[in-house]
Amino acid sequence: MRPYISAFRVRFLNGLQYRAAALGGLATQFFWGVMAIFIYQAFYISGGVPQTFNFSQLVTYIWLQQAFLALIMLYDWDSELFEMITSGNISYELCRPCNLYGFWYVKLLSKRLSSAALRFSPIIIVALLLPTPYKLSFPQSPVTFLLFIATLMLGLLLIVAISMLIYISTFKTMSPVGSMAFIGLVGEFFSGMTIPIPLMPEWLRAVCYILPFRWTADLPLRIYSGNIGVNEAVISIGVQFVWIIVLASAGAILMMRVTRRIVVQGG
Amino acid sequence: MRLYLKYIELLLKSQLQYKASFAMTICTQFLTPFSAFAGIYILFKRFGSIAGWSAYEVFLCFAIIGASFAVSTCLARGFDVFPNMVKNAAFDRVLVRPRGTIIQVLGSGFDIKRIGHLMQSIIILIIAISGINIQWNIFKVITIINMILGGTCIFSGVYMLQATFSFWTIEGLEVANILTHGVKEYASYPLNILPKWITRFFTFVIPFGCVNYLPLLLLLGRINKNRVFYMLLPLFGILFIIPCLFAWKFGVKHYRSTGS
Amino acid sequence: MITVEGLCKTFKVSKRSAGFKAATKALFKREYTEVEALRDVSFNINAGEVVGYIGPNGAGKSTTIKVMSGILVPDKGKCEILGRTPWNDRINHVKNIGVVFGQRSQLMWDIPVLDSFELLRDIYRVPQAKYKKNLDRLTDILDLGKIIETPVRQLSLGQRMRCEITASLLHSPQILFLDEPTIGLDAVSKVAVREFIKEINKENGVTVILTTHDMGDIEALTDRILLIGKGQILFDGSFNNLKRRYNTFSVLTVDYSGDGNIPEIENINIISKEKGRAVLKIDTKSRSVSSVISQLSSILEIREISVEARPIEEVIVALYKEYQI
Repeated sequence: MRPYISAFRVRFLNGLQYRAAALGGLATQFFWGVMAIFIYQAFYISGGVPQTFNFSQLVTYIWLQQAFLALIMLYDWDSELFEMITSGNISYELCRPCNLYGFWYVKLLSKRLSSAALRFSPIIIVALLLPTPYKLSFPQSPVTFLLFIATLMLGLLLIVAISMLIYISTFKTMSPVGSMAFIGLVGEFFSGMTIPIPLMPEWLRAVCYILPFRWTADLPLRIYSGNIGVNEAVISIGVQFVWIIVLASAGAILMMRVTRRIVVQGG
Repeated sequence: MRLYLKYIELLLKSQLQYKASFAMTICTQFLTPFSAFAGIYILFKRFGSIAGWSAYEVFLCFAIIGASFAVSTCLARGFDVFPNMVKNAAFDRVLVRPRGTIIQVLGSGFDIKRIGHLMQSIIILIIAISGINIQWNIFKVITIINMILGGTCIFSGVYMLQATFSFWTIEGLEVANILTHGVKEYASYPLNILPKWITRFFTFVIPFGCVNYLPLLLLLGRINKNRVFYMLLPLFGILFIIPCLFAWKFGVKHYRSTGS
Repeated sequence: MITVEGLCKTFKVSKRSAGFKAATKALFKREYTEVEALRDVSFNINAGEVVGYIGPNGAGKSTTIKVMSGILVPDKGKCEILGRTPWNDRINHVKNIGVVFGQRSQLMWDIPVLDSFELLRDIYRVPQAKYKKNLDRLTDILDLGKIIETPVRQLSLGQRMRCEITASLLHSPQILFLDEPTIGLDAVSKVAVREFIKEINKENGVTVILTTHDMGDIEALTDRILLIGKGQILFDGSFNNLKRRYNTFSVLTVDYSGDGNIPEIENINIISKEKGRAVLKIDTKSRSVSSVISQLSSILEIREISVEARPIEEVIVALYKEYQI
């Protein structure tokens, strides 16, 4: 256990150092949040408020997206890992007394958490203080809040599992840009980051529910605002667990196969 | 100029070495804005119109801004990745050559793969035009060309400013992403949708207003007087580069007195 | 040809300490320390000289090179190279110099070396005829041949370094700055590079300023060295003189026939003694090697003798120690 915790700690602390980057990121995220809200507001005014997703829920959706972006965005480019993959130079990593899948999983996890740690509170605080139509609303009840946190954290575990699969696929494709950018794009769309899932047509929503992506972002965000009820939320947690187990095991097995090939062939 | 062409020739040669990755990246370049377009399309399907603009009118705006963005990211790639150049002290090498810094940085990155984005924008442009009833004349054709030209210069200027920041700090440059990706997303809608103070920023500080909103009015026939003025307005975008050049020179001076 | 007078340069470096508390504190306040990289640095170099610029890491070597290349503007001081101040007249100054940074490449990675050369030809506006002449000559001396048609990523380090040096000379510069040119090279490449530098210095009169940690480079190429430490020039003069000062002992290996017994001699340490061979350490400050040899030859039947000075690396360590750098 210790090597994993240590790896986590080092990366987390390292991430905290990038405060100028965080500041810049904050400004960017505010901008996006503000702009998106204005555009949707104009749409709502022109076309009427959808029954299943009122403006306050939309605003909450958007602000939470921005605050926790590091935890729900599929695209996470780690040059160190990609460098190791493309050069085949994983010899140092294999010398560590850890499972390679677990080791890299923890690295990706800590990077996201440290990035989120720096950014979420300013955004939440400001969003809570904005004037009424644009402000982030409080969670419906303590129960919904707890469910929100739980599903958000599970969603994080899920998204890192998906991310690991992307990195593992790069061992085969040798094209970091191709794999990450493409799947990042797909993931972004189907997790509600491009446009909120409740605003999509019925058939598209069905597709989203089948894919794993929405279980990372869309789910917790709508639980918070009450758009998804408590019962459905609890069932969803089960679905999240299933996805995590499936994708993580697949990842671990594939990782073993891939590294065995490298070790045998000699990097 | 000959030097710049030589740079492009070598960069193309270098990028074409990896054919599979090249093809895949062009696809991604096409799909990324397409995904954004799909989003806008879905929203229009649900809401019908926005602040008095119909779907196809917004698609037109989207396509023009998209085209400007595509061309500028292709040309200004050197400035986009400039922070790396500073980090690796490769800029020192630029200073050791008997040529201007700008031509060298420009020549360090010509990203032909952005043509994927450009193709997507052209397709959307065609779709948009076919969906609106525009009364075409020579003014309007020139206006569209000017809009794309002006937009390209503005985006490129912003990339140059972003690169200039990295003379002071290599971190915290995400802010500039607001001005490139952020603006591209939201200037894809006609500006009057957004609150007045934002519109003013984008007309006077970073002059997207003169390539996005005002000439658009001319194209769609919503304005009928001062046609020449509106047609030439986008060319103000080209003037935007001038202060960016000054900022760059100032940045180089700072770099040379503080080292890396 | 190169005059440097009273150069001073101070940098502000941000402090970053380890640990959780320090990391959170750094979120709110950055601390800076001031580093004096150059303190009143002065020296002169004549045309056609080869100068070795040595000193420990962080002493100010690369800062000096950057100032002389025109990349960095010093806080104080004067510098004149070929009648120009490097940082004031960058473009014109830079036409006359060539630079090789040992660990960074100036060649494009994925395309044949020759293409990168042609780009440099265009950047420096070298007339085609002159370019061809230089290229042919350089590829000839450095034995490049087919190498220039391969992409850099497929070359070994030694081949790459030879291409880098060629690249820096295509425009016939009068001054060449070499920053650790032999680092990481195998023995054959090292010798090739050193021979090459000697030749272009002799044939073309190229002034060479060589920064290195490899004393073999210095031994092979020059006698004049500049020693810099903590931003100050500590020694400017002959390498041989320097060695003599620190060459406090020599190691003598004697092969002899028969059963000689080596007596205890003053100022001599017997490092090892086996049948027929003895290794002695002689304190050269008190006894000359030749006197020891003649003393031994009267006692032993000497078959072979070899003399080694103190290892040069140790000389340098002693040198640094004395100057406390």
